[in-house]
Amino acid sequence: MKDFILKRIASIVLPFICIYGFYVIFHGHVSPGGSFAGGIIVGLSFIAFSTIYGIEKGRKKLPEKVLVYAESYGTLWYGILGLVGIVKGVPFLANKLAGIDMGAPGALNSGGLISLIGIGVGIRVASTMVTLFFTMMEEEK
Amino acid sequence: MNFVATDYWIMILLSLLIITALAMYFIKDLLHAVIVYGAYSLIAALIWLQMNSPDLAITEAAAGICTTILMMVVVFRTSRREE
Amino acid sequence: MKLRVRNLIILVFVSVTIYGMLLMIAELPPYGMPDNPVHNEVSVRYINEALEETGVLNMVTSIVLDYRAYDTMFETIVLFTAVLAVVITVRASNGKEKGK
Repeated sequence: MKDFILKRIASIVLPFICIYGFYVIFHGHVSPGGSFAGGIIVGLSFIAFSTIYGIEKGRKKLPEKVLVYAESYGTLWYGILGLVGIVKGVPFLANKLAGIDMGAPGALNSGGLISLIGIGVGIRVASTMVTLFFTMMEEEK
Repeated sequence: MNFVATDYWIMILLSLLIITALAMYFIKDLLHAVIVYGAYSLIAALIWLQMNSPDLAITEAAAGICTTILMMVVVFRTSRREE
Repeated sequence: MKLRVRNLIILVFVSVTIYGMLLMIAELPPYGMPDNPVHNEVSVRYINEALEETGVLNMVTSIVLDYRAYDTMFETIVLFTAVLAVVITVRASNGKEKGK
């Protein structure tokens, strides 16, 4: 697409959309939102970038290697955080039982493992959406 | 049953939801059907917001837009008309 | 003639099914009433003790990522499987066309 106005407006707006997505992920436990919605917003910002500036530039911004790593290690991250409970001698994915400091309610570091799990899930969902888009937009050879 | 104002608002939105759902079935042009699906997810998000669940509303709005984009990509890659 | 008999059987079957479904719907509790069976001790427990037990203000997040953490874990695995299926299908069909 060669639309000048669209490109200039997108270059101003898209970083804020991306940052808003990360805000929704990081504040999933103190305000409405959550990791799924935030991850989809982050993915949407990259999808919009690659529709406006062309799929090649989008791929250069977010190489396939990064997507594959985010995809698989996001799933593994969940399991690793679940193992914290087993190491401490309580059930899998235990949070307060594992003796983790909960912090003051409303603070960004409250909730123990919940915020960490949320970050992993958010990055996973974002990479899922971007991978689906890139795979479907692939040119037939 | 006694209705308050928010009940009428929800009923209007629900009837719009049913209309858009039926429209998706009857429209033969798949691109137009996908666009109507975007409107459907927006109305669903409004209903969640009206039912005091902003969490679901944000998720519905974001996921609705994302699935609309993915379906649009599929429509452009395959045939546009329903046979 | 045969088609008409078949249509008649289908009509009877569909009407009986719709009648049964409407009977079931008439038995449902009214929408949004506080004494519905869904509002049992589980939701009371979540509402009263979610903040105490998880330290999270957003109750939905505390349920999704703490009480129902297994559920979310396998949900992410479902997403992973979906992406795998799409990538395998699209790449395989592209490669086959290239090989021809």
